[in-house]
Parts: sequence; C-alpha cells; structure tokens
Amino acid sequence: MTLPDRPAPSAPEHTLVAEDLTLGYEGRVVVRELGLTVPPGRVTAIVGPNACGKSTLLRGLARLLAPEAGRVLLDGEDVRSLGTRAVAQVLGLLPQSPVAPEGITVADLVGRGRYPHQGWLRRWTSADDLAVAEAMEATGVTDLAARPLSELSGGQRQRVWIAMALAQRTDLLLLDEPTTYLDIAHQVEVLDLLADLNADRGTTVVMVLHDLNQAVRYADHLVAMRAGEIVASGAPGDVVTADLVERVFGLRSVVVDDPVTGDPMVVPVGRHRAPGHDDGPRP
Amino acid sequence: MSAAAAVVPGPTAHVRRARRARQVRVGVVLALLVAVACGVSLCLGEAAVAPLDVLRALVGQADVLTRFVIFDLRLPRLETGLLVGACLGVSGGLLQSVVRNPLASPDIVGITQAASAAGVIGIVGFSLGGLALSGLVLVGALAAALLVYALAWRAGLSGYRFVLVGIGVAAVASAIVSYVLTRSAVTDVREALVWLTGSLNGAGGDRLSVLAVAALVLLPLAWVQGPRLAQLELGDDTAAALGVGVERTRGLAVLTAVALAAVAVAAAGPVTFVALVSAPIARRLVASGAPALVCSALVGALVVVVADGVAQFAVPGTIYPVGVVTGIVGAPYLLWLLTRTNRAGRGG
Repeated sequence: MTLPDRPAPSAPEHTLVAEDLTLGYEGRVVVRELGLTVPPGRVTAIVGPNACGKSTLLRGLARLLAPEAGRVLLDGEDVRSLGTRAVAQVLGLLPQSPVAPEGITVADLVGRGRYPHQGWLRRWTSADDLAVAEAMEATGVTDLAARPLSELSGGQRQRVWIAMALAQRTDLLLLDEPTTYLDIAHQVEVLDLLADLNADRGTTVVMVLHDLNQAVRYADHLVAMRAGEIVASGAPGDVVTADLVERVFGLRSVVVDDPVTGDPMVVPVGRHRAPGHDDGPRP
Repeated sequence: MSAAAAVVPGPTAHVRRARRARQVRVGVVLALLVAVACGVSLCLGEAAVAPLDVLRALVGQADVLTRFVIFDLRLPRLETGLLVGACLGVSGGLLQSVVRNPLASPDIVGITQAASAAGVIGIVGFSLGGLALSGLVLVGALAAALLVYALAWRAGLSGYRFVLVGIGVAAVASAIVSYVLTRSAVTDVREALVWLTGSLNGAGGDRLSVLAVAALVLLPLAWVQGPRLAQLELGDDTAAALGVGVERTRGLAVLTAVALAAVAVAAAGPVTFVALVSAPIARRLVASGAPALVCSALVGALVVVVADGVAQFAVPGTIYPVGVVTGIVGAPYLLWLLTRTNRAGRGG
C-alpha cells in the first residue's frame, strides 16, 4: 500500500455495494452470492483466472446485466430501480472491447461520453465542450482531436476511450481490462493516468486487471476471484501471498519485495528454467 | 490534469463545429441535386415541357394540357419516387446502424422479399390496392423481421447471424413469390410482375396517399432516434453504460425500418438496392461516425428519381421499371461490399 491514510478526496462520493449477488447467462451461474463493498474514492482491482466472473461482475455492478438473485446498491438504492441514464450520470463503464464507428474522429468519440448529461433535445452546451476538452487534456489526446480513430495506435486508441469515459464525468469509473492489447509502456501509462484521476479528482476506480503485479502496484483494494466467488480481498500488501496465488490461479510462485515500491511481487515458478525443477534437462 | 482549470475547449470544439458544418454542407448540396433532378424529371417526357412552363404550371398559370401533364402524369410519379427513395434510404440506414453491418439492408435480410410475397398474394389472390395492400405488405414485412430477429437472437444480437438468417428468410420469401406466380393465371400475373420489379409506372392515387401519410409519420420518428443509434454503434455495453436503453432502442429502430421498407414496397414494389446503397453513401459523405439519416433520405430520393429518369428515357420507346436500373447499379456495389467485407474481416 502506498497511500493508506491519504485524506478523503473532496469530490462527492458515491457508494457501490453488491449484496448476495448472483449473475449468469441463460441459467448458467457465473457469479455466485457475492458480497462486495467498493471503497469510495479508492482504486479497486479485481483479479482472477480467465472465466472466473470478473467481467460479469463488472457488468452486473454497472447495471448492464440483471441479477438472478441479490442486488447492487448505488448510494443505497437498487440500481434496477434507477433509470439507465440516472446510473450513467454517476457510474461509467469502459468495456473490454468497445466498437468504434467507421470514420469517427477522436473529438466526436470523446463527445459521445456527454450523452447521459444532455437533455431530450440533445443540445450541445459549452459545459459539454469544456468536459470534452478537459478529458482529452487529461489523457493527452488533444493533439489528435481531428484524427479518425482508425488511424491511431492501440495505446492512443485506449487513451481516447478512457477520455470518453472521463468526459462522462462520473464519480465511479469501472474498467474492464483497460491495459489489454497494450505494450508494457502503454500499460503503465494508462494505469498512471487512472491513478492520477483517482488522486486528483477522487474518482472511485474499479478495474479488472490480468497482471497481478500491476494490480498490487496500483490498487488500494484488491479483490481476488475464483469460480464466481471472492477468495480474498483487502489491501494488496496484506492479501497477496504465495498461498493466495496458488489458491486463486493454481500457480506455484515466490512472492518477493517489489524493488521499486516494496510491495509484494509475484514471481511464478513454472516447470521450466527453475533450478531444481523436476522436468529433466531441456533438449 | 492539475492544469484542468486552464483548459480551453478551443481545438476540440473546433473539430465538432467543422463536422457540423460539413453535415450541413453535404445536406444542402444533396437537397440541391434532388431539386435539379426533380426539375429535369418534370420537364422530360413524351411531350417535353419547357422549364418555365413547368414553373408556370406549378403556380397554376399554364394551359390545361400542360397542367394535366405536370399534375396528373408527372408529379404523382415524381412524388412517389421521392418518398419511396427517402423511405428506403432511411430504412437501410436504421437497420445497418442497429445491426452494425452494411449488408443489413431490408432487401438483403428478407424484409423486402417477405413484403413482396405478401404483396403478390394480395394483388394476385385478392386484387388488393391502396390501404389494404399496404397493410398486408406491412404484415408480411413485420413477420419476416420478427422471424429474423428471433432466429438471430442468442443472448444478444450478432450482426453476422442477423444477415445470414435474413438471407435464408429472403430465399424462402422469394420461393413463395415464385410459387404464387406459377400457380396463377397469366393475365393476373402481369400486374404483379410489373409491381415486383419495382415500378413507378401508374404511381399515384391511393398508393401515393398511403405512402405520403406513412412517410410523414415514420421519417420524423426515425430522425429523433439518430442520437441514440449513434451511441448504440459503440457496442451494447458501452451504449448501456452511457445511459441508452439498448433493447428498447434497437426494437424501435427495427420496427421503424421495417415499416418504412413496407410502405415503400407497397407503393412501388421492391425497388432493389436503394436501401442498401443510400445510407453508406450518405455516411461516407458526412463522415461523422453516426447514422446520417437526413442525408440517407436525400441520397435515396436522388437515386430513385435519377434511376427512374434513366429507366424512362435511356431506351427510346420503352419505359423500364425503375427497379431494373437500381438493380444494374446496385448489384456491382453488393459484390464490391462482399469482397471488401471479407478482406477486412469486419462487419460483424
């Protein structure tokens, strides 16, 4: 933990709580009776093996999937009782693979984030302009404003999508694997950006991450899932142990101190190239 | 981000204004082209009418014969062409946007074919016309759309499945048309055959009134859906996270598209490929990454009016159905679209 006792941010805080949440598709249960309280104003990372229900949980939290049992409470109210737009004004979600319409420019795509704040007649106001400009400035894509999205690199594109989510100006931001398909430099860039957002605006960030070490580095609160259930949650420094990695991922590992932060760092053992492994000499 | 207070919306607002200006420019140019096409179409005919006489006739100042030619012969045909084109253009635009696939046009996914089947049954079997025919055609189109929607649905709507199922439904509907035609007396079949190629010959009367009223309701209904559809093009989850009711939006858009295609087919028969080509042309011209519905309507109207002019006057002495011309132009586009879709691996 780098910032355990950071003062509470000044932005209004919204609370997001899942109670006995069961989610699934066509009767196939993916998330089972799960309870989760998202710490307001902090960064939460959800980790777990493929198909453990991370993305499904995120969809459930954002009201994109109706629960089969249990409920999701946004500021104490069941999200199913709130309108789609009312939810979209305080809670944003960036899915893993959003679709960019052909020919759309960066500025127009970021502008799409303003939709939940516009009235029935969709009048574009100067407040919308300002929100878009700020979101693009924060993500460093202002210079790309007039470019079609299709011309950009993967890293630039991901920053544009995040800018769209920022233009939505929600206090809660959910992201599904925001670093997938990016090289390591761009992964760190995106995560730094989200950390800035959290530190400067007090935005509550919940993200699904694949990389356990990045989750430890960037999250205040870590949630480890397996087979639709939470195995462990808490401050990464307290939660991440070799035993947990074994239980969640079925992977043997050594946990050492991160040379940069001193946080726990997971080093997988694997069957090859480790001294004393029992697999015989490599050909 | 700490410099957020100093951010001025200059460059981004500029991009947005430039896009709006382009939209307006494209719309105005298209509207002018449609106006020119209309003017030419009113002048040409078996008896050419000078442009000035056309204008005089329109304000009620010309002689009886000219007025008859303009008001009773040419204007109903022109109005039908304009409305059919606009309805088909918007219908294609709505469906392509909702399914996120340029192949998802009513004449590819079976809606037009089912409307034709219902229409042929109405014409041959019951000698229907006007409102009754439109109603039957609408029922046929809705049934096909429901069938495609239901069969393509599997925990969400997949563009590819929608198109493939639609092609299957189109084949079945075409088979029904053939069956009805072969089972009927030759004399009954003639009228149905002309209607089936998509023809503005004999346009006007009841069919035009039904079309005009329907267009007056459906086109504005489509237009107000534009912003929601633009959001839906970002993907179901993204759109929902931005506050769009996904299923409701999609359902209403499909219904509107089906109704638009149905009233157009009822008025002039299945004028092929207009719905397929119009919206992509409009989108490319406007280039805003959103369904350009107003421009789609203008492109559709332009295509039908110009194609009808060609159909009437390209070969002296023969008036072809307009659907022949749109088919000749549209079929190569479909082939090009198919090769391109495969190569780029997109469209799903």
